[in-house]
Amino acid sequence: MRIDDLKVYFNVSPQGAMPWTKHHTLKAIDGVSFELEGGETLGIVGESGCGKSTLARAITRMVPVESGEVVFLGSDLLKLDKQALREHRKRIQMVFQDPLASLNPRMTVGEIIAEPLKTHFPTLSASEVKEAVREVMSKVGLLSNLINRYPHEFSGGQCQRIGIARALILKPKLIICDEPVSALDVSIQAQVINLLKQLQDEMELALIFIAHDLSVVKHISTRILVLYLGNMVELADSADLYAQPQHPYTQALISAVPIPDPEIEKTRELILIEGDLPSPTSPPSGCVFHTRCPHVSERCINERPKLRNVNRGHSVACHLVL
Amino acid sequence: MSLLEVSGLSVEFDTPEGVVRAVTDLNFKVDNGTTLAIVGESGSGKSQAVFSLMGLLAHNGRASGSVKMEGEEMLGRSYAEMNRIRANKISMIFQDPMTSLNPYMRISDQMAEVLVCHKGMSRTDAIRDSIEMLDAVKIPSAKERIRMYPHEFSGGMRQRVMIAMSLLCRPRLLIADEPTTALDVTIQAQIMRLLGEIQRELGTAIILITHDLGVVAGHSDEILVMYGGRVMEMASTGELYRSPAHPYTQGLLTAVPRLDHDDESLTTIPGTPPNMMELPKGCPFSERCQYCRERCLEAIPVLTPLAHHDRHLKACFATAGALR
Amino acid sequence: MFPGEKKVEAMAEHLSTLDEVKGRSLWGDARRRFMLNRAAITSLGILVIIVLFSLLGAHFSDWSNEEIDWAILGMVAEKGQPSLESGHFFGADEMGRDLYARVVQGTQISLMVGVVGAMIAVIVGTLYGAISGYVGGRTDQVMMRIVDILMSIPYMFVLILLLVVFGRSIIMLFIGIGLISWLDMSRIVRGQTLALKNKEFVEAARSIGVPGSRIILRHIIPNLLGVVVVYATLLVPNMILTESFISFLGLGVQEPNTSWGALISEGAGTIQYGVEWQLLFPLAFFVVSLFCFYFIGDGLRDALDPKDR
Repeated sequence: MRIDDLKVYFNVSPQGAMPWTKHHTLKAIDGVSFELEGGETLGIVGESGCGKSTLARAITRMVPVESGEVVFLGSDLLKLDKQALREHRKRIQMVFQDPLASLNPRMTVGEIIAEPLKTHFPTLSASEVKEAVREVMSKVGLLSNLINRYPHEFSGGQCQRIGIARALILKPKLIICDEPVSALDVSIQAQVINLLKQLQDEMELALIFIAHDLSVVKHISTRILVLYLGNMVELADSADLYAQPQHPYTQALISAVPIPDPEIEKTRELILIEGDLPSPTSPPSGCVFHTRCPHVSERCINERPKLRNVNRGHSVACHLVL
Repeated sequence: MSLLEVSGLSVEFDTPEGVVRAVTDLNFKVDNGTTLAIVGESGSGKSQAVFSLMGLLAHNGRASGSVKMEGEEMLGRSYAEMNRIRANKISMIFQDPMTSLNPYMRISDQMAEVLVCHKGMSRTDAIRDSIEMLDAVKIPSAKERIRMYPHEFSGGMRQRVMIAMSLLCRPRLLIADEPTTALDVTIQAQIMRLLGEIQRELGTAIILITHDLGVVAGHSDEILVMYGGRVMEMASTGELYRSPAHPYTQGLLTAVPRLDHDDESLTTIPGTPPNMMELPKGCPFSERCQYCRERCLEAIPVLTPLAHHDRHLKACFATAGALR
Repeated sequence: MFPGEKKVEAMAEHLSTLDEVKGRSLWGDARRRFMLNRAAITSLGILVIIVLFSLLGAHFSDWSNEEIDWAILGMVAEKGQPSLESGHFFGADEMGRDLYARVVQGTQISLMVGVVGAMIAVIVGTLYGAISGYVGGRTDQVMMRIVDILMSIPYMFVLILLLVVFGRSIIMLFIGIGLISWLDMSRIVRGQTLALKNKEFVEAARSIGVPGSRIILRHIIPNLLGVVVVYATLLVPNMILTESFISFLGLGVQEPNTSWGALISEGAGTIQYGVEWQLLFPLAFFVVSLFCFYFIGDGLRDALDPKDR
């Protein structure tokens, strides 16, 4: 997959708007580009308002896109008509954040998992469908005799497995995971992460893994993209990003992640950035991070930095680097 | 004398399906100016334990045992008595700052209400104190902002407002129930640092409830690990991370991905958190424990000190040697 | 080797020998909760009795609803009192007709109007509201504006006009009531649809590529049926009240057919002559039935409370 300069803008009416008040433009995503190979995992990290969830939905065309290209297996998804898009939907699937909320409470687990299959291959017989459902259920570690249970009878971790099973049944090439483990207990998080890794190896899946927990993302991703207020800040291999973070935001982000080791925690130096995220409807000029950056300069306020290659596979958008 | 002494605390709930024991036989002490962290996953009973301290249990909940705050028994007090103690001596901040603040009241009203009720201050004095406290928690332009409504603040700021509100009466003990779970990680770092500063300046003791082992590592003096309503392990922070003695604690520590490690795969704890309606007969962790023996299924292990560290306790039948 | 692997294997072996487990659906849970609500179950029982009464009651009476008992005509106050020997179980009305038979027939009509009106509201209103809410945008605006306009027309006026112009008949009554009953429902359903539209499982369905019509039928409507059912049970009394009011005005069903409203109207008119039973019997059925519907509606609301989902 190749994403090229993707922009997603929303028209937002300001508070207390009259019908003639000009709308604000919320730049949810302001120029994001990256490439993804089969079998790879791209982690997308960022805090609230950085646009990572919007990015996921833009790729699957669930939100309207302002400009840019989303090229998948040779075709630009944004230019396809409904029919062709349906074909491609088979190959990109999504796993959502809230395990229970992403499942229809009135459908049995079997029906939920079977739905993608029945939608795209309506000619399959009931027994074929059932067979496929059972197969994928055992793949994700769910006992297939639970096929008639309802979502509320399962735990969070099991619900997430159901969601993964639903995403797998069409044997997609790419799965976009939008915060798949954030709502789960620690011991269950580990199970689901291991499961995703195992499935990736078995089925040669590409994964886009969106999360705010940098430790989890680093563990599962080959490369990591850091977003801030809809802008690309840094893009590098996981190990590289942690070993040599170039952008001040990345440095602060890494510094803020607590390490479960009291010795390290008590002696560590924290790079704390003050203040809160600026409003996405009125982003700062120039580099969007300049309002909170400890190394801000004149140039940062006026000029928007371009993403530049620093190292092999490591790009940063910052005036101070280079 | 410790600030807070809890012995034999148990919490039960009456439900249509029967009696559920959320917490069984909890014992711990909190000293002045220190931080105790209670760590556990869902169903461990950590939140219900502290709710009972504050007298905030639901109608169908019952607490038994003893909770002594500065020598005085807290359980079984009337609603009016508890009201006087809440916010005054013990204060609490919750996980979701969005729902903890009344969206229809200005911050000034909400904060002044606390002081007017508990300290009998006049409204003007109360607002002045509130502005001072907002300054102390680093809310910029506190004087103007205090007249705003909660939705006009960001998540991190709202949590600061909550913290300010909880400190207005200078309580001896602050209970923080998952205070940073809903916040971004950079904001989390700010809030945790703020709590540390408050502890240093005001000498407030803190009970920190969380499932995040990273946060706990840098911000607690002692740790209590709970599972299925019981204490599994209790030790000072350094000791717990250096030599975790209980299989559950060990499992948790290896299941958490660490930013500074390059693990190939995480060792997981098999199974799922317990169903509090159907706890196993013996040790609550027995079903998921790799060291489980006959004995673990029959009897419930008691919290006992380790051989060489009498301040490090664990509730497990396995000996130290078997767990290495 | 994974720690605990042996343990997991043992668990898996044991569990895989089990047959397919039957799930515990949310409807089943709601039904169980409803059964525990004594007021609701009692009301349901009473309603069932009333329905049976309306269907089978005529068998027990010697009189039909339009036969005039010439023997007591003119002396209804003395001879027309409710008694078991004379065959007039509920007494007779001013025209000498047997009140019992008329109440049986009136119950049939009133219940039918109530239920049919509510059904029209449910079917038309749900579909309209769900489509409007899901499609959104301009279509939604237009559809809702149509509803607004229809709502602002004083329905009583239109209904009466229809009945006067096209003559009084049961069909006309159904059409008139049908025209207004679905409006509120569509608003409510649209509101619920808007809330459901943004839930993750609907998003998930869209990302899979499920077509819109299927999403509405399979994902949205089943999840708002709870609200719809509760509202529908509260609509039935509304329909009955509307019909009663119209009949009270004298514009409802044609003689010799009657309804509760018409009977109450007649009974209220003659009450000063000492023939209270003419008012009390239809009124009792009317009030008891309405109470039952309200209790059932309440019971349903408690049973389907989304808090427990």
